[in-house]
Amino acid sequence: MTLSMFQAIDQIDQIFVTSQHRLVSDLPAEFQSISSAILSVIAIVLVFALLFAITTVLERKGLGRMQNRYGPNRVGPCGFFQPLADGVKSLTKEDLVPRTADQLVHFLAPVLLVMAAFLAYAVLPVGRNMVLVNLNAGVLYFFAVGSLVELAVFMAGWSSRNKYSLLGAMRAIAQMISYEVPLVLASIVVIMAAGSLSTVSIVDMQASYTGIWPHWFVFTPWGFAGFALFMIAATAESNRSPFDLPEGESEIIAGYYIEYSGFKFALFFLGEYLGMFATSAMAITLFLGGWAAPFSFLTWIPSYLWFFAKLVLLILIFIWIRGTLPRLRMDQLMSFAWQFMLPMTLLNLFVAGVWHFMPAGIVRWLVCIALLVAPAILLSRSLKQGKKFAVRHYRFAE
Amino acid sequence: MTVTFLILAALTLAGTVAAMAMRNLIHCVLALTLGFAGLAALYLLLGAQFVGFTQVLVYVGAVAILAVFVIMMTQSAGPAMQPIFSSFWMTGSVVAAAVFVVLAWAICRSGFASQVLPPPVEAAVHPIGDALMHGYVLPLEIMGLLLTAAMIGAVVLAMHEKRRTP
Repeated sequence: MTLSMFQAIDQIDQIFVTSQHRLVSDLPAEFQSISSAILSVIAIVLVFALLFAITTVLERKGLGRMQNRYGPNRVGPCGFFQPLADGVKSLTKEDLVPRTADQLVHFLAPVLLVMAAFLAYAVLPVGRNMVLVNLNAGVLYFFAVGSLVELAVFMAGWSSRNKYSLLGAMRAIAQMISYEVPLVLASIVVIMAAGSLSTVSIVDMQASYTGIWPHWFVFTPWGFAGFALFMIAATAESNRSPFDLPEGESEIIAGYYIEYSGFKFALFFLGEYLGMFATSAMAITLFLGGWAAPFSFLTWIPSYLWFFAKLVLLILIFIWIRGTLPRLRMDQLMSFAWQFMLPMTLLNLFVAGVWHFMPAGIVRWLVCIALLVAPAILLSRSLKQGKKFAVRHYRFAE
Repeated sequence: MTVTFLILAALTLAGTVAAMAMRNLIHCVLALTLGFAGLAALYLLLGAQFVGFTQVLVYVGAVAILAVFVIMMTQSAGPAMQPIFSSFWMTGSVVAAAVFVVLAWAICRSGFASQVLPPPVEAAVHPIGDALMHGYVLPLEIMGLLLTAAMIGAVVLAMHEKRRTP
């Protein structure tokens, strides 16, 4: 390839960064930084709200396909304008607030939820040089903002003055707190390996190649285990099936947002999906190389396209899991978090240390894999003991 | 700088005052959370990212939720019937004022206020981790031990008591 081609590729890769610079460069100097920040915020809000709209269609159509039905197919080509219709519908619906509800807290809960969900995107690098702020403690910021969601969920459940919503909020908070521990512990291995809490430097660390193979953290024993544990905890954090007990339509109807209607309900929906995107994006940043291409000969494709391709892939896996697995019981959920996830993440920390101090080579791989697989099998065997797994027979239903 | 500080200070003060003045205990906790968030923002303003985010993670994410759970488990969610000012508010405010005066006097005496402050340093995460893992590793371990003991105690308290069969 010639030099001009490299330049052209680089220009396409950096097109958003340069155009942002060009847009703000005409402004007076004191407004430049704030206006470029506002531009980035607008871009984040638009792009991820659009992704939310696309995901709802994909999810409904995908689930429909898995359940042998059509899914939405009336609005626009193949039903792809369904989110527009849904948006108009939720805007025109009456905003019902129960008479006994705590008006102010009831109003603030969805606002806080969406705000917290959007705040998390500030530290996620969506492309080369494309991050809103490169914080020194970026990963910590991400988890700190994520913990605001619990408060919003509690506010929603409590202020509705409805026993189902309170039950749902209690379940949601118990679940989120329990799974936040393995979520954070699973990401610590990456912080140990990268030696930094900044998301940008974590991605930069993975964006190099040996031959054609990338240096993603997922391609190490501890990285793979960490990624799997992180994704399981992320599924639980975002209240998605099979961990969707807080919503549990068949038991507590819709959980903490049962008393919300119209656009506030849509905000809850939006917040939940945004949380899912944010945790998936964090998994990509930590383990899957962020915006880096999977092979060295594919680096000519712009970095932001790689990031969104990985994000959409993870979302599709989420949809697939939702269509496949049944919901867990509350005690199963809790015991899984504390008896399996927590010991495994702690063990993974230890394995990451072993990996760091052993000399590179095949022995290191074998030792680390053995250290992870054998305890996992032993742990799951011992947890299974004393429990009878058999086909259930119902006395009256058959 | 000063405008941001004033706004954040007003937010923190408003949150904490509301936490004391409101009737409904859950409202008090939510107001207190606002105060915590304001404090975290003040830390960030001082350039202490790590402390600020930890403040949000621990106080807003965990302590507020814990307080809310405790309130809901120990009493009904309805507003308490007690008056806002308790019978000994005079004594309480005298004690509070005395503590404030002593602290303010100690700070003024130390010559800290008259010192020329060095330019603010961006407190990076790296030196903090270094200090925790090298200089202060023993206090850290002792804290961990203490927390583990507390956790085991909580688990023991929450365990089912063995049913006595007659």
